[in-house]
Amino acid sequence: MVKFLPLQEAVAENLHDGDTVAFEGFTHLIPTAAAHEAIRQGLRDLTLIRMTPDLIYDQMIGMGMAKKIVFSYVGNPGVGLLRRARDAIENGFPRAIEVEEHSHAGMANAYDAGAAGLPCAVFRGYRGAGLATVNPNIKSVTCPFTGEVLAAVPAIRPDVTFIHAQKADRKGNVLVEGIIGIQKEAVLSAKRAVVTVEEVVDSFDDLHPNLTVLPNWTIAAISVVPGGSHPSYTHGYYERDNAAYLEWDEIAADRDRFQAWMQKNVLEAKADDFAARVEHLRKAA
Amino acid sequence: MSDTKDLGFTPNEMMTIAASRALKSDDVCFVGIGAPSAACNVARLTHAPDITLIYESGTIGTAPDVLPLSIGDGELCETAVTTVAVPEMFRYWLQGGRISIGFLGAAQLDKFGNINTTVIGDYAHPKTRLPGGGGAPEIATSSKEVYITMAQSKRGMVEKIDFFTSFGHGEGGDHRRRLGIDTAGPTLLITDLAIWKPDPVTKEFTVVSLHPGVTREQVQATCGWVVRFAEALDETPAPTELELTTLRDLQARTKAAHEGTAKGKAA
Repeated sequence: MVKFLPLQEAVAENLHDGDTVAFEGFTHLIPTAAAHEAIRQGLRDLTLIRMTPDLIYDQMIGMGMAKKIVFSYVGNPGVGLLRRARDAIENGFPRAIEVEEHSHAGMANAYDAGAAGLPCAVFRGYRGAGLATVNPNIKSVTCPFTGEVLAAVPAIRPDVTFIHAQKADRKGNVLVEGIIGIQKEAVLSAKRAVVTVEEVVDSFDDLHPNLTVLPNWTIAAISVVPGGSHPSYTHGYYERDNAAYLEWDEIAADRDRFQAWMQKNVLEAKADDFAARVEHLRKAA
Repeated sequence: MSDTKDLGFTPNEMMTIAASRALKSDDVCFVGIGAPSAACNVARLTHAPDITLIYESGTIGTAPDVLPLSIGDGELCETAVTTVAVPEMFRYWLQGGRISIGFLGAAQLDKFGNINTTVIGDYAHPKTRLPGGGGAPEIATSSKEVYITMAQSKRGMVEKIDFFTSFGHGEGGDHRRRLGIDTAGPTLLITDLAIWKPDPVTKEFTVVSLHPGVTREQVQATCGWVVRFAEALDETPAPTELELTTLRDLQARTKAAHEGTAKGKAA
């Protein structure tokens, strides 16, 4: 059953060296505070899964925590490249990492298959695409009814998934709103799930019946971290800090500047610091 | 292009506006970020008010007041008809054949409309690791048609791309059909200098219209393959006052919005 825990304990209890872990969030609701806590705890040899490994995986890769990344878009959306990830892939700095690359459709179907308890996902994809020739996990199956050749990829089954969400009720049910991305599938495909939330409310009794709610028994731990997705955003709470994404491009371009930034803003910081980082992004209205 | 006269608009503005004109009100358009996003929203704000714009974050029928920096800015969700999960986006809406136009940008492009946004150099040991395909590999094959927009350069428009991120017409001719792909693929390329369409048989992109003031030599000088020109070469109509004002206002609102968060931080 779900536990409400301080973030430090939630991460320590659920994430271990060598784990396969997904910190998901499709531009929205990125679990930055959880990733920073993992960095502070100095975890090693992680296999990092994420459709869009943006700043937090750039940071974890730059700190030498990843042995492998599984992804479909390794960029800073709208800004450009991820410079720490590039340094690792191109130069093996600070360590060489394995790469397993898919398309968004491939990753989305693979999470869906994981949540559905299937061994693999089948879909119409990768036709003529170079990825099918460099990724041995992209195979094909023939439809037994029509003869159509379809793409097949293994299901994603993380040891643990971290997501950020708007709110939990007192019982630990979790509401996800707005661009819901792959949050639900990432939770249901994992052995354990940890959720950071903006706030806890008494009950969800007055919610619209068709909203995305994760029942408390699908979640291992919840931590209340206001602002916990900054510089991403939480719909209804604060906006995306686009300026921070632009600034990251400069910080990550230089190894020393990156280390100094991580020291000050992650290693010497704490989960409680996130609330102040989003204060200027909360809507006045 | 410093050697051109001041026409009252830039080559990039001409590119965005020419691209916007290709879209219709009844199109359902899967929008790539960057240049495609600007073109799609200019179309929506001018001649195609009912166009359905879809971003891969799951926002369907979105009408942002400012251009999103990412494919998942909150503005897209707030103004959308509906927002769906990412697996549904790719399975029901894209794979399900509901997209009329996939609108893509490119880092590297060849004359058959094949796109590379994955690596420069060898895949296993890349010289430059680019972000990769994201949604593009399936957008390129599941959308009924694909439009491509990019600024011309010899580095970008090459004889041979380093990696097939998304499949256009492959080696040309009926290569798509031979792979069992029944969608049309790239049918339009809009650059900062010209409008290109594939030859009906070979599928090689051919210049059909030059933007105002642009010469054949300029098009060739910024393209890495030997350019073919249509026999009856048109001149792209210059941007109208309405098109230019719409684009510039959109970009000004976007700039102010994206810098706004930086100012707030300093304060």
